[in-house]
Amino acid sequence: MKKTQTAIIGAGPAGLAAAIEVAKAGGKVTLIDENGRPGGQLFKQIHKFFGSREHRAGTRGFNIGQQLLKETEDLGVEVLLDSPVYGLFPDNIISYLHQGKEQGLQAEKIIIATGATENPLAFPGITLPGVMGAGAAQTMINVNRVLPGKKILMIGSGNVGLIVSYQLMQAGAEVVALIEGAPQIGGYGVHAAKIRRAGVPIYVSHTVKKVIGSNEVEGAEIVALDNKWQMIPGTEQVLDVDTVCIAVGLTPLTELAWMMGCEFTFVPTLGGHVPKHNRDMQTTLSDVYIAGDISGVEEASTAMEEGRLAGIACSESLGLYSPEKAAELKRDVWNRMDTLRTGSFGEKRRDAKESLIKQSIGGLA
Amino acid sequence: MRVKKHPILEEDTRVPDAIIIVDGKEIPAKEGEPIAAALLAAGIRKFRYTAKEGKPRGIFCGIGRCTDCTMTVDGQPNVRTCVTPVRNGMIVETQKGLGRWSDEQ
Amino acid sequence: MNKGVRYTGMPSLEELQNSPGTPSLERIEKGSVAFIECVQDIPCNPCEKACPFGAITVGNPITNLPSLDEEKCTGCGVCIAKCPGLAIFRIHKNYTDDTALVEFPYEYYPLPQKGEEVPCGDRAGEFVTMGKVSSVKNPKAYDGTSVITVEIPKEFYKDVRTICRKGMK
Repeated sequence: MKKTQTAIIGAGPAGLAAAIEVAKAGGKVTLIDENGRPGGQLFKQIHKFFGSREHRAGTRGFNIGQQLLKETEDLGVEVLLDSPVYGLFPDNIISYLHQGKEQGLQAEKIIIATGATENPLAFPGITLPGVMGAGAAQTMINVNRVLPGKKILMIGSGNVGLIVSYQLMQAGAEVVALIEGAPQIGGYGVHAAKIRRAGVPIYVSHTVKKVIGSNEVEGAEIVALDNKWQMIPGTEQVLDVDTVCIAVGLTPLTELAWMMGCEFTFVPTLGGHVPKHNRDMQTTLSDVYIAGDISGVEEASTAMEEGRLAGIACSESLGLYSPEKAAELKRDVWNRMDTLRTGSFGEKRRDAKESLIKQSIGGLA
Repeated sequence: MRVKKHPILEEDTRVPDAIIIVDGKEIPAKEGEPIAAALLAAGIRKFRYTAKEGKPRGIFCGIGRCTDCTMTVDGQPNVRTCVTPVRNGMIVETQKGLGRWSDEQ
Repeated sequence: MNKGVRYTGMPSLEELQNSPGTPSLERIEKGSVAFIECVQDIPCNPCEKACPFGAITVGNPITNLPSLDEEKCTGCGVCIAKCPGLAIFRIHKNYTDDTALVEFPYEYYPLPQKGEEVPCGDRAGEFVTMGKVSSVKNPKAYDGTSVITVEIPKEFYKDVRTICRKGMK
């Protein structure tokens, strides 16, 4: 069986950043991804990222992706593409498919960076063609360069809903409305302001009552909600839309960590069940690390920092860094990550992460 | 509908260089793009019909997780069109229910 | 009544008046100046380095609202394309006796042409007035963000923040 020192599953922002750190420390890395090209969801992020200048803030996501790919190439990271990992087994054995054949890979350390998947929302008509995840629409317009529809209803006002609405207009679609069940917009005001200036109405305390159409989306009926989240009869309005996008959060993709036997905890703020981990991103299994959305749904910028952290900690445990050197490197990452988790938007995630790490330490070997 | 000109991304100058046959009809496509993208570009949104109720389904997650977009491709049913790249001459069929293998009796 | 950006997606007058990124009325009278319409504590600071005159400060923590030193601000508009939130504008209220200039970021296709008469909109994208495009900047350093200036009747300088996208077809 093929062997490697560190195997990283998932070549998105977290996995790429982790691979770069381990390779920089002199380790041998194998990065495995199910897709035909690396980058995960980074290449559909065409907006300029927020954060501090050290986070390359102000740089568009896909350009950050290009930079990460170049670094992994320059460092000689082995990348296995078109290789979905379907199982993790005792003795750190990774099973994956490549060109229709089962393959095995044994690693000393494993970093799982599998990301997250979009949540659905239950309403009559959700299964009609034309109803899709906001991320799916974003992939279609920004990566594949096709419009999934012309007149869009966006459900959800987190940053994903706001940003994808904006990008749908950049691709030439009309966003007829954006609705949000809560009484307040969830994402950044500046993102909301951009789509408002383009004439998109944002209806807070509104939900979708049903999506109309016999074979595909022909319209959508929205309705106002009272302060107990109940529909207010008589407030229904029918919107002329051909596409409905759902942006109501994400759930960490944790199957491989469950299969491996990592201990889990349930943290709604972070997207649901997440593997317990310490400040080194190490799970309850000492050889298994996690990074990015699998450890709690956040943003690409935090995913990259977590990837770096996991990569440094993993290198330390392989003896590639002295504890002192590793401590110094990890401190820098933590400082940057703490910065990203400040303010009224970041604090909730920071608090959730901190309590997760605290309760995990007891369970760690 | 294809997005050629874009304010941020470079103009998409790739031209369709492949043909796929969808339910017997020729559709222009780009070699390597996901089958689902070629179908959306051609205005096709119904990819399959469910087994029990015969209800239509189309693309939903776009990253190969949900399997709503599966079709029969070159005689193989349940192919995820959102992550399967186009090859020239591919035969793509709207899938009914669980689908059938082309060599099935 | 605008309850604020968290409810409507538009910063309210009160939020803008209390923001350290909004110049004083006296400064606005004196000439071209930046308006930073960033009213939430988000972790972001590219604007700070974008200003060649050191007129914008975020400091520590990074969630501070950007603060405009209106004496240092020359109204050059270099910061506009550097804000990832597209929240910085440049206003030259007394451009002529009757008209003001409003400069804003714009990332849609197609772009208007210099000299073109265009419908200008407010923070809700609603039509306010017709205006004349006096410049369209899109150098490589702006990384895809175009910066457009429109000349509009002076009384609308507080309202106009974009061209009506829907009017651009």
